[in-house]
Amino acid sequence: MYTTEELARFPLLADLTESQLERVGSLGHTVTFATGHRIIEEGRPADRCWLIRSGRVALQTPLPNNAASTVQTLGPGDVLGWSWLLAPYRWRFDGVATEPVEAIEIDAVQLREFATHDCRLGYPLAMRLLEALADRLHGTRARLIDMYGSPRAS
Amino acid sequence: MLADPMLPVPYSVARRHVETADSATLLLEPVAEALPAFEPGQFTMLCVPGVGEVAISISGANGTGTLTQTVRDVGAVSRALHDAEPGATLGVRGPYGVGWGVASAIGRDVVVVAGGVGLAPLRPVVLALLADRASFGRMVLIVGARNPEEFLFREQLLGWTQHSDLEVELTVDVPAPEWVGPVGFVTEPLARLDIDPTRTTAFLCGPEPMMRFSADVLLRKGVAAEHIRVSLERNMKCGVGLCGHCQLGPLLVCRDGPVVTYDVAAPLLAIRGL
Repeated sequence: MYTTEELARFPLLADLTESQLERVGSLGHTVTFATGHRIIEEGRPADRCWLIRSGRVALQTPLPNNAASTVQTLGPGDVLGWSWLLAPYRWRFDGVATEPVEAIEIDAVQLREFATHDCRLGYPLAMRLLEALADRLHGTRARLIDMYGSPRAS
Repeated sequence: MLADPMLPVPYSVARRHVETADSATLLLEPVAEALPAFEPGQFTMLCVPGVGEVAISISGANGTGTLTQTVRDVGAVSRALHDAEPGATLGVRGPYGVGWGVASAIGRDVVVVAGGVGLAPLRPVVLALLADRASFGRMVLIVGARNPEEFLFREQLLGWTQHSDLEVELTVDVPAPEWVGPVGFVTEPLARLDIDPTRTTAFLCGPEPMMRFSADVLLRKGVAAEHIRVSLERNMKCGVGLCGHCQLGPLLVCRDGPVVTYDVAAPLLAIRGL
């Protein structure tokens, strides 16, 4: 179970009104995933998203020989999955629980419907998602700089 | 107090511990007279006779008469220091500069964010906080490294992760196959923190962009710039505010820093070329 108060603490939903939170909350239910569970899979339909309450999820891309490369991890407060908002609505990465995860699973197809037909819900939701994506892009760029690398010239 | 602040005092290397592929921690013991006690965040000028002298932050606990200093091999002098074996004699001046001001955080929550070798000058902060744990509120330590092999003080970090009243998040830019911990820049776990900005003091050390990015996250959370402390690094020479090599705008980093509050640092770090 979860309350609108708890939902509002997730940055993604922080700008929604009480009634909007109730509406979004009606699309969800709590779920748990064991360590190692593949929550999403690259290329599969993106029809849900998760608000992570606890635990950690690794975003991975599969490599040959059953290997995988982790590009980022998500934790409490993060949203797992945003490919449901943009065509072709398919996951771009795998999402694997690297420790037990508890989350609120949202029916993202319905959420997209709500957001498409009600811009007072859709706009703040899209802006918050954009903010989350901008933060992730910023973090990724910071890693690309390799700023902890040795400053030695030769 | 020693008579001449420019005169190195001989210390011998008592122990050398290899931290990473390019960093080592030296335990230094005074050959005769010891330097004055230091504050977390202060630095010394370490000298290898015949090679040269560089500023190195102090990375160990205070009050033992010894000095613990972690050196990254990035040039001729730091390589000679990094390679110094037990028994070698080094010259030491200091301690110099303004420290972290740990006492300013008494009664408050503390967030420590370290990137790469930036953990070295913050280690004395964590040790001081843990030594007086009851005087502080919530304690969070976020440490970032390029990969799992490049964390300094790995055994101690693992020990700290078991500490019940110290929240530790170790995150890497690039994971190794056996790594199951967080992958991401330090700003990501920092952004996830649910903190009370009115009672939080933050200590940041690492590459300058890392400190700017981390400070931005904290400012967005509502932490006041004067409660965010950063450790600046410039080319220090004399260590006592005489030569001007480490000038950063109106500051001489060796004398007015290296630790300054972010309301002081932010406008200076925004000036290109400084």
